[in-house]
Amino acid sequence: MAHGPQPGFKRWLYTTNHKDIGSMYLWFSFAMFLLGGCMALVIRAELFEPGLQIVQPEFFNQMTTMHGLIMVFGAVMPAFVGLANWMIPMMIGAPDMALPRMNNWSFWILPFAFAMLASTLFMEGGAPNFGWTFYAPLSTEYAPPSVTFFIFSIHIMGASSIMGSINIIATILNMRAPGMTLMKMPLFVWTWLITAYLLIAVMPVLAGVVTMMLMDIHFGTSFFSAAGGGDPVLFQHVFWFFGHPEVYIMILPAFGIVSAIIPTFARKPLFGYSSMVYATASIAFLSFIVWAHHMFTVGMPIAGELFFMYATMLIAVPTGVKVFNWVTTMFRGSMTFETPMLFAVAFVILFTIGGFSGLMLAIAPADFQYHDTYFVVAHFHYVLVPGAIFSITAGVYYWLPKWTGNMYNETMGKVHFWLAFIGLNVTFFPMHFVGLAGMPRRIPDYALQFADFNQIASVGAFLFGAAQLVFLFNVIRTVQGGNKATDEVWENPEGLEWTVPSPAPYHTFSTPPAVR
Amino acid sequence: MWWSDNAKIATKLLALAASMLVFAIFVMPPLYDAFCEITGLNGKTGGKYEAVPAAVDRDRLVTVQFVASNNENMPWGFKPSVVTVKVHPGEAMDTVFLASNPTDRDMVAQAIPSLVPFKAAEYFHKTECFCFNQQALKAGESAELPLRFIVDPDLPPSVNTITLSYTLFDITERVSSNLDNKNTDSEREG
Ligand code: HEM
Ligand SMILES: [Cu+2]
Repeated sequence: MAHGPQPGFKRWLYTTNHKDIGSMYLWFSFAMFLLGGCMALVIRAELFEPGLQIVQPEFFNQMTTMHGLIMVFGAVMPAFVGLANWMIPMMIGAPDMALPRMNNWSFWILPFAFAMLASTLFMEGGAPNFGWTFYAPLSTEYAPPSVTFFIFSIHIMGASSIMGSINIIATILNMRAPGMTLMKMPLFVWTWLITAYLLIAVMPVLAGVVTMMLMDIHFGTSFFSAAGGGDPVLFQHVFWFFGHPEVYIMILPAFGIVSAIIPTFARKPLFGYSSMVYATASIAFLSFIVWAHHMFTVGMPIAGELFFMYATMLIAVPTGVKVFNWVTTMFRGSMTFETPMLFAVAFVILFTIGGFSGLMLAIAPADFQYHDTYFVVAHFHYVLVPGAIFSITAGVYYWLPKWTGNMYNETMGKVHFWLAFIGLNVTFFPMHFVGLAGMPRRIPDYALQFADFNQIASVGAFLFGAAQLVFLFNVIRTVQGGNKATDEVWENPEGLEWTVPSPAPYHTFSTPPAVR
Repeated sequence: MWWSDNAKIATKLLALAASMLVFAIFVMPPLYDAFCEITGLNGKTGGKYEAVPAAVDRDRLVTVQFVASNNENMPWGFKPSVVTVKVHPGEAMDTVFLASNPTDRDMVAQAIPSLVPFKAAEYFHKTECFCFNQQALKAGESAELPLRFIVDPDLPPSVNTITLSYTLFDITERVSSNLDNKNTDSEREG
């Protein structure tokens, strides 16, 4: 443990160091972000005009499916795990993660899972084409042969997430520095603790649902086949029992990041720390009892519709508490708008818009019109892009000087922000309108009256894509050099991570720090 | 000191994950079926019903409509012999569905019932139904598929019309590939 990193590639292959593993997770997720982004651009290019121009419908369906899968499981989740690896030990004063060897495993199985998933694009019959939600029987009886590889890659991703979560929980519960009580932990640590429990609870359910698919396809069972006595609607229940908590898995750590950044740049302590903790816990709890809001149209009894409608709306309460606390933290603060803060403020505003469209969708009778239209696409991109992606970006800018010892280029950061901010809104805002007007999601061709808004959306998408290249360039330049960052980096930021030198040494807190 | 604590917590969490996997595969599907059966959700009708002598409610007439449809790629002819019947609750009623296999190969089919309104599902009893068994028809053969049912006298007064629909699935391949490992599928309840 006492020595530094091994030279060469072996360093990365054998490493058990939380910082190395964190960096690998982050780079991996950025690669997946670009890959998934290219697929999104194929989609938007095809949708630039009505009619079929660039790709065939079969390939279009493969693109929407792979885009969703890669962004959810390859970009957003590993990025949060990467940040957890880097920051949690430094935030709680621990020398490393609790189970460092398992940590190495949970990362290194991921590239195999995604190589397998991506290889399906070159297989006979093509890649999975049944949507990221892979509803049976589309994903069983009517699936391309590559579905088996899809199933195994999901198994591996699930194993990786579960191992990562076990590690995070063990680290947080066992390795805090003396004096770091639970209610003194930074919110990023809290939100990750709760997220890790969510992951352990629902990733096995995802593994279960793909296992049932596997058995239906190859071993003659009929969990989801009506002809054999099963029920396709069962698939949707099991999937969304995983799927709704999953969307919170992609947003709770974001809440933690934003709760770290806003106080620093508002120069005020976070308003309502304990209410933030309780709100996070109640969101996590409620996320288990709202899944059927994705299934209002399958034919539920009225009591079910009402239950899931009210339960869903209830989630807006703790979410509102959080938004209130962030706004109150900023209120009368002496704010400055460095890049991390810009992304964090945009997060608060745009995530709230996504929350409101979520509330509209939660109204069961109204959802009969909105369901499976572009309005849903607009909703979840407003919560995921400015929610998950912006918060990750904000976190990277915020902690990058600590990781590398160098300041990033602030002007380039601001250019990145404004390009991304404008690109995102130009892409996704018009989708609300075409959705309300009835444009279905997941179609390669559409009626003429939707042409204008789709054209605007496609332009925005390419702008958003270009913005990410600025980001990549800026990060690479910062890793290579730049103005030296101080140990504190920002003005009086809170947290143990700012007490270690910049760049953070390979081993930090080998002796636990004193916590006030 | 850390290691043993960590091993302990990792084991516990792993056990939690394993139990969630078991829950998803072995608990959720039966739970869902039970839930549907109790509530009549999804229009799932019950299994074979043993007729108990009950008073026939001569004052009330309930309309029962029959719908027959084929699942995708199912080439059989399939239709009810009569589209609507009126029955008194408590009275047993017989009808037949007509099926024919126009292809030149022997085939096996399974009919899956569904009933609306959902709340009538538990008051609709089938004492005999072709959906309780797989139906095999040789190439070019046709058959009359029998159905005998009783509408329960406790049927809520608000229900005047019941629609019973059957979807016919081609399970020829499924049956031939399952011949060796006799599968629970075949004894599914209609
Ligand atoms: C106030 C909070 C929220 C409410 C009330 C809400 C409500 C809903 C509803 C009712 C749907 C189903 C729409 C339909 O298919 O007809 C939906 C879809 C979706 N939501 Fe939310 N939502 C909220 C927050 C979030 C968050 C925070 C995320 C993720 C970070 C998220 C991600 C998604 C996704 C990915 C889908 C679409 C899944 C698909 O069909 O592909 N939502 N939301
Ligand atoms: Cu949901």
